[in-house]
Amino acid sequence: MKARHKRLILVAAGLAILGLATSLVLNALEGNLSYFFSPTEVAEGKAPADHVFRLGGMVEKGSVQRAEGDLTVRFVVTDFHKKIPVAYQGILPDLFAEGQGVIAQGKLNADGVFVADEVLAKHDENYMPPEVAAAMKAGEKARMETTAAGN
Amino acid sequence: MQNRLINWFKFSSPATFYPLAGRLAPIFWVLAIVLIGIGLYMSFFVAPVDYKQGDGYRIIFIHVPASWMSMFIYIVMAGWSAIGLIFNTRLSAMMAQALAPTGAMFAFVSLWTGSFWGKPMWGTWWVWDARITSELILLFLYLGYMALVGAIDDRRRADRAGAILLLVGVVNVPIIYFSVKWWNTLHQGATIKMNGQTSMDETMLQTMLIMALGFWAYSIAAAMVRVRAIILEREMGATWVRELIGDRA
Repeated sequence: MKARHKRLILVAAGLAILGLATSLVLNALEGNLSYFFSPTEVAEGKAPADHVFRLGGMVEKGSVQRAEGDLTVRFVVTDFHKKIPVAYQGILPDLFAEGQGVIAQGKLNADGVFVADEVLAKHDENYMPPEVAAAMKAGEKARMETTAAGN
Repeated sequence: MQNRLINWFKFSSPATFYPLAGRLAPIFWVLAIVLIGIGLYMSFFVAPVDYKQGDGYRIIFIHVPASWMSMFIYIVMAGWSAIGLIFNTRLSAMMAQALAPTGAMFAFVSLWTGSFWGKPMWGTWWVWDARITSELILLFLYLGYMALVGAIDDRRRADRAGAILLLVGVVNVPIIYFSVKWWNTLHQGATIKMNGQTSMDETMLQTMLIMALGFWAYSIAAAMVRVRAIILEREMGATWVRELIGDRA
């Protein structure tokens, strides 16, 4: 065996061991690396009860209520399985809208309302011109209507 | 077979690679300027506005290609390091060193443009989510590599230490890439997916790919210029360098 073959084996083995160690560490860290909890995870009690955590999901359509006179906003965050009501006082990012992804940081209070002190908008990975988005929406609506009529 | 091996190894010697790098550099400079010029024009005037983010999304044409380059250059550097460690070739360490500043620059540009994009869209300059944190670690790996190699006076030891650091750090690259898949992150998932599907308008995609090619050409050109300087500096004692410099001195 030549010296360079020995070094090749050494480098390959080193990388393999390193990869294995990393995957074990990442596996062990699994939950701690997540930036937010989904409403389902919160409902299952996976989120810390007396601790600040982040809640992520969709703002339910028709759930946003703005208080008169101050900046308090109430809305419901859903992952289409469970829902968590959120109260927030402050300025919302521009992308905040009903049906849009959102991440709120705060605590659950005794009534099960998530009191947020920071709200961030999360957008998806789709990029398209407005005309295409409008056409897709119209197509979706037509499809829904035909299935509804079929029933 | 024997012939091909000889031709291949011919350019692993600094003396033969030096003129080759000198011939390649101008070609890639021209390519970089043309591609980035076309790409920027398309970014601002040809690509349509986004249905949700309006004109603000246009930062993607710098952000995504820069992030790709920052990851890809690191893998190339780690590859050169493995070759250097195994075959004891002198040129590989020089190539890794020549690429490092460009990679660090792209990692920084990726974080910087991401921050500028995050503020209007997400509502924050910075969050410690898995994607963003692992990209920051990549920037620190680049800076750490440059500092380590620069701090050791003995060239051979510096090369070996740098190579080991690069190879250890390579585990970070798949973490960056898959972070948005493995964990809940504020950063959205990949637009260009491994299985070839994209969730992006055709013109936007073309613009982004042209910018990415332009960044490739820039990286190659910058690395070629830098590797020539490194070769001259390291091979100062060699006859061919003295002959070359003797012409001018």
